[in-house]
Amino acid sequence: MTRKERRDRRTGLLFISPWLIGFLVLCVYPVLSSLWCSMCDYSVLTPAVFTGAANYRDLATDPLFWQSLYNTAFFAFFSIPLNLLVSLSLAILLNFKIPARGLFRTVFFLPSLVPMVCLAVLWQWMLNGELGLINNALKPFLGVANHLFGSHLQPPNWLLDARFAKWGIIFTGLWGVGNAVVIYLAGLQEVPAYLYESADIDGAGFWRKTWHITFPIISPVIYFNVIMSLIGTLQVFAIPYVMTNGGDGPDRSLLFMATYLYQNAFDYWNMGYACAIGVVLFLIIISLTWLATKLSEKHIYYAGK
Amino acid sequence: MDTRQHNRLLQPLVLVILIVAGVAFLAPFAWMLSTSLKPLNETMSLPVRWIPSVPQWHNYPEAIHGMGYFWRYAANTLFLCVMNVVGTVASSALAAYGFSRIEWKGRDKLFLVLLATMMIPFPVIMVPVYSLFRHLGWIGTFRPLWVPSFFAGAFNVFLLRQFFLGLPKDISEAARIDGCSEFQIFLRIILPLCKPALLVVALFQFMFTWNDFLGPLIYLARQKNFTLALGLENFQSQNGGTEWHYLMAASTMVVLPVIVLFFFTQRTFIQGIAATGSKN
Repeated sequence: MTRKERRDRRTGLLFISPWLIGFLVLCVYPVLSSLWCSMCDYSVLTPAVFTGAANYRDLATDPLFWQSLYNTAFFAFFSIPLNLLVSLSLAILLNFKIPARGLFRTVFFLPSLVPMVCLAVLWQWMLNGELGLINNALKPFLGVANHLFGSHLQPPNWLLDARFAKWGIIFTGLWGVGNAVVIYLAGLQEVPAYLYESADIDGAGFWRKTWHITFPIISPVIYFNVIMSLIGTLQVFAIPYVMTNGGDGPDRSLLFMATYLYQNAFDYWNMGYACAIGVVLFLIIISLTWLATKLSEKHIYYAGK
Repeated sequence: MDTRQHNRLLQPLVLVILIVAGVAFLAPFAWMLSTSLKPLNETMSLPVRWIPSVPQWHNYPEAIHGMGYFWRYAANTLFLCVMNVVGTVASSALAAYGFSRIEWKGRDKLFLVLLATMMIPFPVIMVPVYSLFRHLGWIGTFRPLWVPSFFAGAFNVFLLRQFFLGLPKDISEAARIDGCSEFQIFLRIILPLCKPALLVVALFQFMFTWNDFLGPLIYLARQKNFTLALGLENFQSQNGGTEWHYLMAASTMVVLPVIVLFFFTQRTFIQGIAATGSKN
């Protein structure tokens, strides 16, 4: 290394030092410490006692942990594709030549600005079984359906019914898709116009153009967004926590992994056990991200590569 | 360049769908406002009425009173927002500069490490970070909620680095020949050119701090120290399920500043969000 190279590296490291210190103290250390704590009996108040795999063995036979795993998986499994579908559709629709496009974009974007706690309080009221807006909007439709088919469908009591509580959270999340809409719309605007024009000449219709031109070109954006929402969805906490007034819903239907982790850490001071949940959550996120990357490798189109 | 799709047949249909969707997206806001101005009995009347018989403006002062220390919460939140914005912008800009405008061995490998840290969810590191702050005696103070922002968030470094890389190398070279130190180049030349990007980071951080719930929930103990988000949650858990007019008035007051801020900075905001998803 020449003197200049050494000097440049010193300057570079100096510039990134705020991040580097933060990385070591607030990232590397906590991750390692979390791993260590997950193998300990630890309550913060007293020193940690090493117990080996005991926490993990307990997790394996803990029905509440499996419940939280199931709830989290259920939520992610429906929420991620549904969000993708809605945000991508809205972005594609917004990309048509329509009047007041900016206004529509703002309207779809606004809800994603609402703070989590407000979102939860508002939607707790929206989803109120008797007085909520959602059910009062559903009633006429169900009335028509009941009339036509002789059924007796009633709108559900969303957050108070274990069968519907998670759907309540999923719909709440759907209101905040605006962020993704803006990202997709920006991606759509990078699709070169000549591709559509030549497809027009070839007589391709809307669906074929969308499938063969739009999707491949914005596939990196889709990939990025799906990974981000995967990471976000698996750590869902604030909305169900606030909606259940700090609880976990009827029959624990809103007990998510982050909820259970929080309960163990700060309600029971069972920090070692909480860390073990955290480690499992982390492993799930890493392996799903890896899986998504592997699955999508063949389908992502990177211009110029 | 116009990349929008044209289609005479689909156009009217698209517009209809967008209008329906738009109304659906606005309805919860209207519902929140409408409820916040109703007397209690009208929140419970069926069929739903959208316009209160007499708008109850006094619901707002009463919600402020009911929340306990509303103005303290607001001041606390504002304090945390300012500290976080200053800390994040300063530290992330420095780090992004080191990752983009200076060439050094190992730089790009370390940057990959930075990107990887974005995958670590907060709940995973929550317990050790909590006990670290506990050892420092910071629980119950604001410090756990703003000190970390001075150590550059990965996402913000990533965003700023993109902007820094876009500036031509020549400007730095010219300044170096003129005898500027690297820090002077950073402060006098690069930063002024990146004001829009810095504004994006500042706005994102402001929103994040304003919205944060889990952080204040675990670190703050006394009610006087609560943030608006935590104060609202506290108010809701005490009045849950009954006094919806007060809860909606309180929610409106917590959302409103964010919406106002958005309308003043809409352009920067939308461009910033669009930038997060592109070109990586």
